Amino acid sequence: MSDRETLLDIRGVTKTYFPERKAPLTALQGLSFSVANGEFLSLVGPSGCGKSTFIKLTCGLLPPTSGQILLNGQPVSEPIKDVGIAFQAPILLEWRTVLQNVLLPLEILEGRIQPRHREHAIRLLSMVGLGGFADAYPRELSGGMQQRVSICRALVHDPYFLLMDEPFGALDSITRDRMGRELLRIWEHSGKTIVFITHNIAEAVFLSNRVVVLTPRPGTVREIVTIDSPRPRDPGGSGFRAIERHIHELIGEDETVEEGAR
Amino acid sequence: MRTPAEAAPAAVVTRGRVSLPPLGQIVAEYQWPTLAVVVALVIWELVVVAFGIQEIVLPRPSKILTVMIAERTLLLRNMWVTLYEILIGFALSVIVGIGLAIALVHSTVLEKTIYPLVVAFQNVPRVAVGPLLVIWLGMGIASKSILVLLVCFFPIVVNAATGLKDVPGEMLDLLRALRASRTQIFWKVRLPNAFPYILSGMKIAITLAVIGAIIGEFIAAEKGLGLIIMVSTASFNTPLVMGAIAVLVIMGGALYALMSLLADVLAPWRKVP
Repeated sequence: MSDRETLLDIRGVTKTYFPERKAPLTALQGLSFSVANGEFLSLVGPSGCGKSTFIKLTCGLLPPTSGQILLNGQPVSEPIKDVGIAFQAPILLEWRTVLQNVLLPLEILEGRIQPRHREHAIRLLSMVGLGGFADAYPRELSGGMQQRVSICRALVHDPYFLLMDEPFGALDSITRDRMGRELLRIWEHSGKTIVFITHNIAEAVFLSNRVVVLTPRPGTVREIVTIDSPRPRDPGGSGFRAIERHIHELIGEDETVEEGAR
Repeated sequence: MRTPAEAAPAAVVTRGRVSLPPLGQIVAEYQWPTLAVVVALVIWELVVVAFGIQEIVLPRPSKILTVMIAERTLLLRNMWVTLYEILIGFALSVIVGIGLAIALVHSTVLEKTIYPLVVAFQNVPRVAVGPLLVIWLGMGIASKSILVLLVCFFPIVVNAATGLKDVPGEMLDLLRALRASRTQIFWKVRLPNAFPYILSGMKIAITLAVIGAIIGEFIAAEKGLGLIIMVSTASFNTPLVMGAIAVLVIMGGALYALMSLLADVLAPWRKVP
């Protein structure tokens, strides 16, 4: 990755919350790593290692207590706009159709929806196998289908940077596999940068260029594992298993990790 | 608040089109309660006849029905007045309730100052203000409608405020990351999200509205079913008292049913209790 320019640079970021009438809580402590342009980077770590804080900081929704976050060399001081976000839950608006949900970011950014926006959204939906559901309402869809809608929504404004917080966490393992491959395909074709947060180590190893392993709270980098093997990777292969085991050991035994999804 | 299915055969909306449940389903749903009412009326009739109970104490249902038919013009004319008071007061409470909720949610300062007052006011017997309203607004419709407003705006404020606030934090993160303005978030997410909650509050409020109007008429009125009840009671015309009550029951039931239907049609995406 060294030959690529740095997109996101996290420099010694600490975030401490000061809740009223409670002890201060440090979610992240001296977090440092960088993400190259076009990289697929995963963050894994035990629950409560400050992953959601990381998302808020990176999007510019919260300022770090100390340290700096640079995007394209510029400090992030306000919401960064060109980011697509997907969460573990689909978080769709129930009163909007699938298509209207996907178009939401464009409504915010562009104000008016043009026919080409609509066509683009329908193309994205077709890509994830939901071409026939543009006019359906979220409640008519299964959980997995809703999650795919939310991924289309993260992609619709063509952000160069995708921030995904366990986007496949609620899916069954078959759908999860399929979505993982689909995401890889999108990534390979678009050159987008993806920061992918997951609990699933095998998923991280399957997808990423590098895996950043975080410590328990306050979260900081334990190790960055680089994975050079060519894609598609074989989750049954010995190299794959070795990396997986290594990350598992880094995280520690006290954490119960979803295993065997692949 | 997220109940996927309700027992009652609500209007079903598929792909934006509203369709009422089949008649058979409605009949099946209401046949037993209807039967129970009929049986109760028959027993009532028989008991009154068997024990020779005086009409002034407890008239027979058939007698009440006869009086209702005989006095239908009187009952209907006064029903319209009561209904008018209810609808004006209810409409005001919807406007005031939603407006207040928006103000509360918009500003922390307002929330901290006004919300406790709203809650405190809820614990004041607002009916006690009724006589004052007569002094200020007279014997006519205005004093009743304002009493209706005072009695029924609370569930609307509370529900609307809850609905405006009950948006997943992640949805707000997503929108703020796109630099959505507060206005955009309000119109695109908060207000539509509050819609089923508001309708749910309106369902509660409409039953309170009927009570408010009747009590207002008890205090001092020129027209209305409440007045009919008071006057008939004074002259020991028990069948007419009960006839007026029956009209009230039917009107209140119809208003509630209408509100329920409205909630199902306007916010089909979420079943509100």
